[in-house]
Amino acid sequence: MPKPKQPEQTSSGISRRDFFKSSTVGAVSTALVSGVHGEGSSVEVLGPGEVGIKLNVNGKTRRLRVEPRVTLLDALRSELDVTGAKKVCDRSTCGACTVLLDGKPVYACSVLAVEAQDKQIVTVEGLGTPEKMHPVQKAFVENDAQQCGFCTPGFVVACAAFLEKHPNPDIEDLKKGLGGNLCRCGTYDGIKKAVKQVAAEGGINA
Amino acid sequence: MNSFEYASPRTIAGALEVLDNDSVILAGGTDLLSLMKEGLVAPKRVVNIKEIDELKGINVGEDGSVTIGALVTLEEVLESPDLAELCPSVVEAAAGVRSPQIQSVGTVAGDLCQRPRCWYYRNGFGLTAMKDGKSLARDGDNRYHAILGNDGAALFVNPSSLAPALIALDAKISIVGKSGSREVALADFFQTPSSDQEKEYKLEAGEILTAITIPSPAGKKVATYEIREKQALDWPLTAAAVAIEMNGDQVSAAKVVLGHVAPVPWVSAEAGAALAGKQVTAESAAAAGDAAVKSAKALSKNGFKIQLARVAVKRAVLRAAGMEV
Ligand SMILES: Cc1cc2nc3c(=O)[nH]c(=O)nc-3n(C[C@H](O)[C@H](O)[C@H](O)COP(=O)(O)OP(=O)(O)OC[C@H]3O[C@@H](n4cnc5c(N)ncnc54)[C@H](O)[C@@H]3O)c2cc1C
Ligand code: FES
Ligand code: FES
Repeated sequence: MPKPKQPEQTSSGISRRDFFKSSTVGAVSTALVSGVHGEGSSVEVLGPGEVGIKLNVNGKTRRLRVEPRVTLLDALRSELDVTGAKKVCDRSTCGACTVLLDGKPVYACSVLAVEAQDKQIVTVEGLGTPEKMHPVQKAFVENDAQQCGFCTPGFVVACAAFLEKHPNPDIEDLKKGLGGNLCRCGTYDGIKKAVKQVAAEGGINA
Repeated sequence: MNSFEYASPRTIAGALEVLDNDSVILAGGTDLLSLMKEGLVAPKRVVNIKEIDELKGINVGEDGSVTIGALVTLEEVLESPDLAELCPSVVEAAAGVRSPQIQSVGTVAGDLCQRPRCWYYRNGFGLTAMKDGKSLARDGDNRYHAILGNDGAALFVNPSSLAPALIALDAKISIVGKSGSREVALADFFQTPSSDQEKEYKLEAGEILTAITIPSPAGKKVATYEIREKQALDWPLTAAAVAIEMNGDQVSAAKVVLGHVAPVPWVSAEAGAALAGKQVTAESAAAAGDAAVKSAKALSKNGFKIQLARVAVKRAVLRAAGMEV
């Protein structure tokens, strides 16, 4: 026998409390929740219209409204004006969009912005500044590890994640562990030298 | 990408509630987002399963069987001491996906369910790549296409590197859907579609692959050997995975599975039979390689893959036996 509806439920089957919880994030929220299946369902369905989300980018909480289909990369670049991560292939195959998600390198083009809530997102801007560069950034400059520079932000983030895992990499580690990024200008040699230099000078926390 | 609804349930039951015929499952997203951007998949709803703890973790049972949760990432495979000890061939296969960004979020179930990389399929011509009644793949650029099982309409190759290693170890997968749960041999999960109405694996809309179980691999000698055009960000040209059981110094049973050579992970009974009753030597390993490609047929541009497959099998056998390749 189907249970009678709780008085506080909306017609979509979502409790009013859930509805308000999820709508506190954005400003006024229209059509935030729709079409939940089943009686008393606990699963919230968002979209397809815009939803309010919160992203933690480089230590700051940013609020924005996006459709669920918006990728983390597009949210960063087009909504939040954090343009370090680059869009090149947009298909998980080049690494230009690499950011850290809870410390792990990911392709921001292949993560939805809605999924990145409650996670720490670090882009190249969050690693260091021109005045106070991250050891990897400094080593890239010193080893001339870029040419056009378009792959560089993604490569820098990938190298930082790599060195975190392999503080003393050998050449095999380097080949395997930096295989997720492509450089069309072929600056690999400089990048390898930069990574080795950081390792030799005490690593990324030096 | 089309617009879609989004849900992120925390339990399998919750996921089944929100999955329907117009939904797709999102795991690491490393393939799904590309498919959606190309318009090859255009769901009404995307169900993110990553918050479901029931789908996580690697467990070794009392009987020695190994269960790998659907959401186990390739990185977790690479870092698992249990898998390194019990089924290194699976770890070797995961290591071939040479991108830390894919390893960090790409999942084992996602690897098995990733869609083929055939460029005709990816450009919207369907799995059988037909245009105006003609096969684009048979007449066109088929350098990476099938050399085995290529008599029918489907000429793409199965893209999963993990599948051959898991099938060689007789892995089973668990599937749940609204109408209940089932367990199938991974080898039977894959199929060669005869038309674009069929898929290359048997999973109904709304069904979730929950886990992969390998019966106790104790005592089996295993290895994966891949041949790649480039070492990063690409799929192998061909690969072979083997699991060999020994009786004294003779092979009592051998399972040889080739990857990236056919529309399905290709179990070569011929190669297995060539090894049975033999000692593993350079000669018997080479004979297994020859047997594996005996029925292979080149398309117009992929004849080179026959030799690569032969060599991959030989080297996988030698590697499994701890011999120099
Ligand atoms: C540049 C590049 C190189 C690659 N090289 C290789 C390689 O050499 N070898 C190799 O094997 N792979 C390779 N891959 C593929 C990669 O391993 C897969 O993209 C990844 O494993 C997919 O996992 P995911 O969790 O990201 O899946 P998703 O992208 O989230 O999903 C992929 C598909 O599986 C379905 N799915 C996922 N989980 C489940 C589940 N539990 N139940 C039911 N359906 C599910 C999804 O609906 C979707 O259709 C490569 C990928 C790229 C982009
Ligand atoms: S833009 Fe994301 S991997 Fe190329
Ligand atoms: S510096 Fe130009 S792509 Fe790498």
